[in-house]
Amino acid sequence: MTSVQPIPEALSALDRPNSYIGKTVPRPNLDRLMQGRGLYVSDIELPRMAHVVFVRSPHAHATINGIDVSTARQMPGVIAVVSGRELSTVITPWVGVLSHLKGLKSAPQNAIAIDRACWQGEAVAAVVANSRAQAEDAAERVSVEYQELDAVTDMRAALSPASAVIHASLGDNLAFERNHDAGAVDQAFAESDEVIEAEFIFGRHTGVTLEPRAVVADWNPAEARLTIYQGTQAPHMVQNIAALHLGLKESQVRVVCKDVGGSFGIKVHIYADEMATYALSKLLRRPVKFVADRVESFNTDIHARDHRCKGKIGVKRDGTITAFEIDDLTGIGPYSMYPRTSAIEANQVVNLVGGPYVTRNYRARARVVFQNKNVMCQYRAVGHPIACSVTEGLVDLAAMKIGVDPVEIRRRNLIADDAYPCASPSGLRFEQLSHHAALTKLVRMMDYEALRAEQSSMRARNIHRGIGIASFIEVTNPSAAFYGVGGAKISSQDGVAVRLDAQGSVICQTSITEQGQGSESLTAQIVGSVLGVSMDRVRVILGDTDNTPYGGGTWASRGAGIGGEAALQATKVLRRNILDVAAAILQSTAVELDIVNNAVVTVADGAPRIELSELARIVYFRPDTLPPGIQPELMATRHFVPREYPFAFTNGVQASWLEVDIETGFVKLLKHWVVEDCGTIINPQLVDEQIRGGVVQGLGAALFEKCVYDERGQLTNANMADYLVPMSGEMPDIDVGHVVSPTLESELGAKGAGEAGTAGAAAAVTNAVNDALKPFGTIITEIPLTPQVILTALGRI
Amino acid sequence: MTAAVAISLSVNGERIEASVLPRLNLADFLREHLKLTGTHIGCEHGVCGACTVRVDGDIVRSCLMLAVQTHNAKVETIEGVSDSGEIADLQSAFRERNALQCGFCTPGMLMAAQDLLQQSPTPDREEIRAHLSGNYCRCTGYQAIVDAVETTARVRAGRLP
Repeated sequence: MTSVQPIPEALSALDRPNSYIGKTVPRPNLDRLMQGRGLYVSDIELPRMAHVVFVRSPHAHATINGIDVSTARQMPGVIAVVSGRELSTVITPWVGVLSHLKGLKSAPQNAIAIDRACWQGEAVAAVVANSRAQAEDAAERVSVEYQELDAVTDMRAALSPASAVIHASLGDNLAFERNHDAGAVDQAFAESDEVIEAEFIFGRHTGVTLEPRAVVADWNPAEARLTIYQGTQAPHMVQNIAALHLGLKESQVRVVCKDVGGSFGIKVHIYADEMATYALSKLLRRPVKFVADRVESFNTDIHARDHRCKGKIGVKRDGTITAFEIDDLTGIGPYSMYPRTSAIEANQVVNLVGGPYVTRNYRARARVVFQNKNVMCQYRAVGHPIACSVTEGLVDLAAMKIGVDPVEIRRRNLIADDAYPCASPSGLRFEQLSHHAALTKLVRMMDYEALRAEQSSMRARNIHRGIGIASFIEVTNPSAAFYGVGGAKISSQDGVAVRLDAQGSVICQTSITEQGQGSESLTAQIVGSVLGVSMDRVRVILGDTDNTPYGGGTWASRGAGIGGEAALQATKVLRRNILDVAAAILQSTAVELDIVNNAVVTVADGAPRIELSELARIVYFRPDTLPPGIQPELMATRHFVPREYPFAFTNGVQASWLEVDIETGFVKLLKHWVVEDCGTIINPQLVDEQIRGGVVQGLGAALFEKCVYDERGQLTNANMADYLVPMSGEMPDIDVGHVVSPTLESELGAKGAGEAGTAGAAAAVTNAVNDALKPFGTIITEIPLTPQVILTALGRI
Repeated sequence: MTAAVAISLSVNGERIEASVLPRLNLADFLREHLKLTGTHIGCEHGVCGACTVRVDGDIVRSCLMLAVQTHNAKVETIEGVSDSGEIADLQSAFRERNALQCGFCTPGMLMAAQDLLQQSPTPDREEIRAHLSGNYCRCTGYQAIVDAVETTARVRAGRLP
């Protein structure tokens, strides 16, 4: 690892004997998952639990003229059949807007559609029965009379005066528009030697969590309390929203999140059918379970990307990039999603384009339009793959035009590693990035020159291999600037409570959540290191609003950076408290003592003085033997939120090495490299695996994944056989390297790592495909790069 | 609706007598009737592999097999092969290599990996990748899984004479 910044003095709390920081240690509790003894929401059963199945609109846009439930109600096992209007007596509608996204508009959305369905898959009625099979049988007998309406499907046509307006009250189909103009763009283009334009097209795709969304809602009227078991990344957000729309206080709602079968942003939102499930439990006064089937997942889990972005770059013959300009258009479905809104991705695209580069000349327009397709919202690396693909695609086009090597043009234009702090052309503040160190490391890892030589010799044999490079920046550790300032009750701070139990073990409650990233592990590593106890003595509790401090959860690459710092600070307090008690017992002073290997020791010679278990025994059971006036406090709580920088930006660079079969159009990925800088690395293995997993999701978008809609708004590949995701046989090995620039906002110094892989993978692959196809004079700026797209570009079909 | 059918089978070595509807698939039977929730359901049409179990020694997609078809069969699930210790080394390799994140695909992945190692004791990476291609993982990107299976194969080969 290359350190581009000295480790600050303050990191001493982490640099203790037997520290787990920076070490690969296995995650606790993996055995549970490997032995089939996990507890996912789909596994949960409660007494009197009923199952809900939703009747969903087969039309993209239709008036609901009538619903006949009489036959369904008579079916075996049926408890209730509920329409949207009936359910609206217990749950209020919502509008997915935030005040800091100026001008963003949306229409009221109901848990179950009333009068009108706006996308294929929107729920129009709920059937509740004793078993799911019975509910499915009865759902088939619900007769809905629809009158089909004109559907708005093509985002390019949505703003045309000839287009139907989805929500008449909004006046048009424009949900949000943002314009940005920095520097002197027109002058910069005029002074450029070359100006290159291209349109980049991104397929609509989705997260495909292997466990579908699932909820068990349990309204207990005797306690006047709703317990929601849900695989969510943000339990306190769910608590707030459920309470708000069911007319409850937050204290009446408990959200419990056990094991989560994949999330990636899909499960950071609150869906209409989940709201309906909470409401049904309240209406029926019993637990109700909803588990989406795979077709429902494709039709209702948020989709993402689906952008068409026109881009323009100016460059001088010496390789200096003079300006970037983009015009981005995206279609988000019929409603802005709740409560995070569907304008964030386009907003991020505007924020991030051109971000790694020196030029300050940047103009952008982003428009977000409504359409009659499934809702779109934030999915892993929100906006980053779009911004990165556009930026890096343009940079490669510029390099190609002036005949400069892709690595060289980046060297000439990336912000210098000693230029920080500084700001991006869109006004984002960078604390410390390391683009050049990362690029240098990448070039070495991949042996760039050797690959170029290999490419050249292969070309002579009519084998077409390509190298693609993509630098990127990534938003992590978001402050309240992300959601809170816009009025969303989504916490940007996190809290950790840590206590010594009566046998000298540690119980740690944290508000961040676990979906497999290793939140539990990184928390235990920090607590164990700072306190001086072994990790097997640290038990981490998360995912329960009744039993953790209040906080945001795990999303936007914030768990380690924000929740980790809260754990560090809480544990420092506990350590001081323990040493104070130890000093009293040992007739010493706290500064002369330390905790190492589960025992209090003398700093001077490391001699063990008292085991933590013995200290805890005295505190909890024989406090009468302590000196007068000593009140031990073996529990400490601390919260943390970044205040100085709205986001802790990270950076990195990726490279793809691949082969294009010009006869079949198939792309074979040969190798992929990533160098990234997430600041302090708590567990190298977990960081690398986050990067690899993120890369592969980006590779899916680059090559396979697309929700294919027809012109009537019908999703034509809503199953796993027709919607392709990466399989093990097609994926390359991925080498990961690091540069370490800790953030000084926290003592821990950690930034996020969960989205870096996804941010740049597709850009690297697209650039590599274009590099491979260079002899054919063809440029492709559309993903997924299916054989059809490639053969079309080659003029073969 | 067709009437329930009596079936008799062995599940993880236990004798099971049950009365099931003909339409009930094996995955739902294991999860809902026997509460063996380690077998997961990801796609319900035989693509993702999360529901992989062993029936009479062969791995099958339990979402594509009907419970009535297991009459007189020997069914083994992740709970069974875990408790017997049969895949303890494979599980250990997965733990050391962090070859799982959310863990939802993992029971099926382990069943498929063990099947490969029984058929082909020293598979190369390409063989491992090919054999596991029917088991989707959305978290890891597969490399750690391939590493863990490769490690297990090597260790097992070293143990053999």
